[in-house]
Amino acid sequence: MNAAGFPLLSLVTFLPLVGCAVILSIRGDEETVASNARWAALWTSLIVFGLSLVLWVDFDPSNPGFQFVESVSWMPEYGLGYKVGVDGISILFVLLSTALTPLCILSSWEIIKRQVREYMLAFLILETMMVGTFCALDFVIFYMFFEGVLIPMYLIIGIWGGPRRIYSAFKFFLFTFAGSVLLLLAILAIWAYTGTADIPTLLHTRLPVVMQGWIFFAFLASFAIKLPMWPVHTWLPDAHVEAPTAGSVILAGVLLKMGAYGFLRFSVPMLPAASAAFAPLMFALGVVAVIYTSYVALAQEDMKKLIAYSSIAHMGLVTIGVFTFNVQGLQGALFQMLSHGIVSAALFLCVGVLYDRMHTHEIARFSGLVERMPVYAAIFMFFSLASVGLPGTSGFVGEVLVMIGALQVNFWLALLGGVGMILGVAYMLYLYRRVIFGTLTKVELRHILDLSPREIAVFAPLVLITLWMGVYPASFSHFWAASVTQMAEQHAAMLRHQPGLELASMIAR
Amino acid sequence: MNWSLALPEIVLSLVAMAILIFGVLARRDASFACNMLALGAMLLTAFLVLATPSGSAYGGLFVVDAFSRYTKLLVLAASALALMVSLDYNRAQGLARFEFPILILFVVVGMMVMVSAANLMTLYLGLELHSLALYVLAAFDRDTLRSSEAGLKYFVLGALASGLLLYGISLVYGFAGSTGFAGLAQALSAPQGASVGLVVGVVFVIAGLVFKVSAVPFHMWTPDVYEGAPTPVTALLSTAPKVAAMALILRTMATPFGHLADNWRLLVELISIASMILGAVAAIGQTNIKRLMAYSSIGHMGYVLVGLAAGSAEGLRGVLIYLVVYVFMNIGTFACIIAMRRQGRALEQISDLAGLARTDPGLALAFAIFMFSMAGIPPLSGFFGKLYIFLAAVQAGMWVLAVIGVLTSVVGAYYYIRIVKVMYIDDSVGAFDTKPAMISLVAAGTGLFTTFFFLFPGPFVGAAQAAAQVLLG
Repeated sequence: MNAAGFPLLSLVTFLPLVGCAVILSIRGDEETVASNARWAALWTSLIVFGLSLVLWVDFDPSNPGFQFVESVSWMPEYGLGYKVGVDGISILFVLLSTALTPLCILSSWEIIKRQVREYMLAFLILETMMVGTFCALDFVIFYMFFEGVLIPMYLIIGIWGGPRRIYSAFKFFLFTFAGSVLLLLAILAIWAYTGTADIPTLLHTRLPVVMQGWIFFAFLASFAIKLPMWPVHTWLPDAHVEAPTAGSVILAGVLLKMGAYGFLRFSVPMLPAASAAFAPLMFALGVVAVIYTSYVALAQEDMKKLIAYSSIAHMGLVTIGVFTFNVQGLQGALFQMLSHGIVSAALFLCVGVLYDRMHTHEIARFSGLVERMPVYAAIFMFFSLASVGLPGTSGFVGEVLVMIGALQVNFWLALLGGVGMILGVAYMLYLYRRVIFGTLTKVELRHILDLSPREIAVFAPLVLITLWMGVYPASFSHFWAASVTQMAEQHAAMLRHQPGLELASMIAR
Repeated sequence: MNWSLALPEIVLSLVAMAILIFGVLARRDASFACNMLALGAMLLTAFLVLATPSGSAYGGLFVVDAFSRYTKLLVLAASALALMVSLDYNRAQGLARFEFPILILFVVVGMMVMVSAANLMTLYLGLELHSLALYVLAAFDRDTLRSSEAGLKYFVLGALASGLLLYGISLVYGFAGSTGFAGLAQALSAPQGASVGLVVGVVFVIAGLVFKVSAVPFHMWTPDVYEGAPTPVTALLSTAPKVAAMALILRTMATPFGHLADNWRLLVELISIASMILGAVAAIGQTNIKRLMAYSSIGHMGYVLVGLAAGSAEGLRGVLIYLVVYVFMNIGTFACIIAMRRQGRALEQISDLAGLARTDPGLALAFAIFMFSMAGIPPLSGFFGKLYIFLAAVQAGMWVLAVIGVLTSVVGAYYYIRIVKVMYIDDSVGAFDTKPAMISLVAAGTGLFTTFFFLFPGPFVGAAQAAAQVLLG
């Protein structure tokens, strides 16, 4: 509980479910139900967002620990409890989730025509699961929310997706599920060893070095798939292409962050020796992701696939940042995650705008859109440049911080990571040129309409936040500064006190 | 001699026979009255089970303790639910005969004796009583070829398993000199260890018992019998006897053969691994939902055996929790399957479910909840079953079992979510007939239990803990 004893976090987490109950109680013919479901979902998500702004205001950034902590005993005899709280690392992801959900609902206002009620239900349940994942302070509760995300997302891709939606939904589900069952085993191992699943306690628990090694790999299996890292990234382009626009937005904006959040929250502080020992491996995977997926993105024919690959590249940069273990790298990773959450969500919305009009996201079907859609062209330009890290936008801050962090570790690491940024400019501008510039020769594009007021209402907040983050990043980074500094210091201290992990000792037991 | 410890069993058998007499003598069709009387008898028995004190009776043949109470209540609940879903099905299929509830009552008596057995002979008697009644139930739709075939197949293979079991019992008796669990435990605790003949005997006993829970390699009968038997009988077959037989295995392995754990553990591990893998892989190709559920139950029994292989109090606790969770989601699934009926004809193909989310959203939601729960997705109850089982495996350091277990659950998830896909994504092939109120009631009740189990796991975990403690002394 916070000072007032008011369970604010639980309210933010579970209020969407109340919205679900409201939507379920709607009666009437199909049109009434659809319209009421839209409004009920929008209002619920807006109220949730408003409540989460209270979190933002009341949060004390100078305190590196967990705040707004609520704890209800659930199974005390097994060291399990419902415990939630946020610290500087998680609070902004809670806000990201609550901010993107109303935008998603707004963006699918007209395009979703069948089973509107179920669609809105799925998004509200998804919101509960996302917020819960970032708030959970009990490992089993975390796992429940982390896994619970799969059910609504599977249905969103499977029911409202594109032509190959079934294949993509299965691939998404099975990939993610395969990774997270290993996470479950790791959680059970930690739980069995320490007798508690309380995350704040575990953050200060020292596990045996060899055990850390194995648990690191179990965590890696889950978070790498979720992130996704090369070579287990193949589900992401498929899922993005087939998912409805709002599904892609949540997938890129929030779900991918869960993997990186897992590394930051669990792998680095709980397994310091193992994460230090395997940092080179993570760097290698990160660099491969950045360079390889950037090249793959260059060759894409489909806008959504291209942006999906660019997401993987950006997440590679986040991986590099996390495993530098220094303040700049960690801050850069967090900033990059947040920025990518906004920018990639906006890019998918941009693609969605075209998809709503033309029902395709194939690049070759478009050209010269600037003639008919000047506002759209400007917004698309803005987010493309934010994605490649133009100074003054949010993307720049994160990339620069990660580069500084990486330079402290190894020059070549920073250099190779930087190559990805150059390639990023190449594929984004190449995409932009093909879609927006050129001459408008295609007949079916002659009467395409520019953004409607509803669409502008969706994009305006995203533009503002992107600029705000780029121009005055401190108003975001001061939230996590204390937590990140503490994490970096603690990590260094743990390493000093614990012997390093020898790879051989993991095998020879 | 404290005969009143067996009061629930005695009362239930007497009531069953009274209902039989009533059914025979009644002038008009008495099936509905018999069904209601049978449900009432089970309810009464449940109270008696709760009221019976712990203790040992009939010269150590019969034992009542927290473990037997826990499993008896579960068996009664499963059987009562199965009987409830059978009412409308039997009427629609022309199977509404008064023998049906009576046979179920005898199955229940047999299972309760099994659960309370403290002697290999009691064990065998209980097992045979419940098996014989089940053979008849499997063939209850006697005018159809498939049902008769199912009954016969079940009978022949069941008789073989009984033979194995009896042979094992005789070997154990010959080498250890006792059939009582207490006497066996004492004889086997001797430092010289187990003789080869005794170990062979134990292996035969395990084989005979594992047949009942249809774990690999004694699973061959399961898909055919599940498919052929009337659906409510399949619902019963896949829940209550599994619980009773698993309880029997737990008691036998933990009490008399507990000292031989090092000898049988590897066997249980292998059976468990094989069941998990087969249950996950073989179900993928199924098109008949009842066959799919058969393979699914084989897989679930594999997970349950992980808890036994762990051999710890946590493992046994995990088994008992898993069984509760399993019974409710399984009965719920079968309630949904029984609701699959179009123009009066019962349907069994997975493809018949296409588009159910649009024609009957409530049923589709319940079905989806059961499927996600069986796949082990939190926060549904199936997740907690797996959680406690794998926690025990991890605590016992059985990493191979744990890793294989979680990976097979990923494979299993494929076919569970495929059913969700068929219901939610595929185009509708027409609405089902209006489902009977009883089916809706059972599906809703078990669905709510499965969904909200996470809010109140405490009582179940506590009761399972107490029951597991009894076995390990």
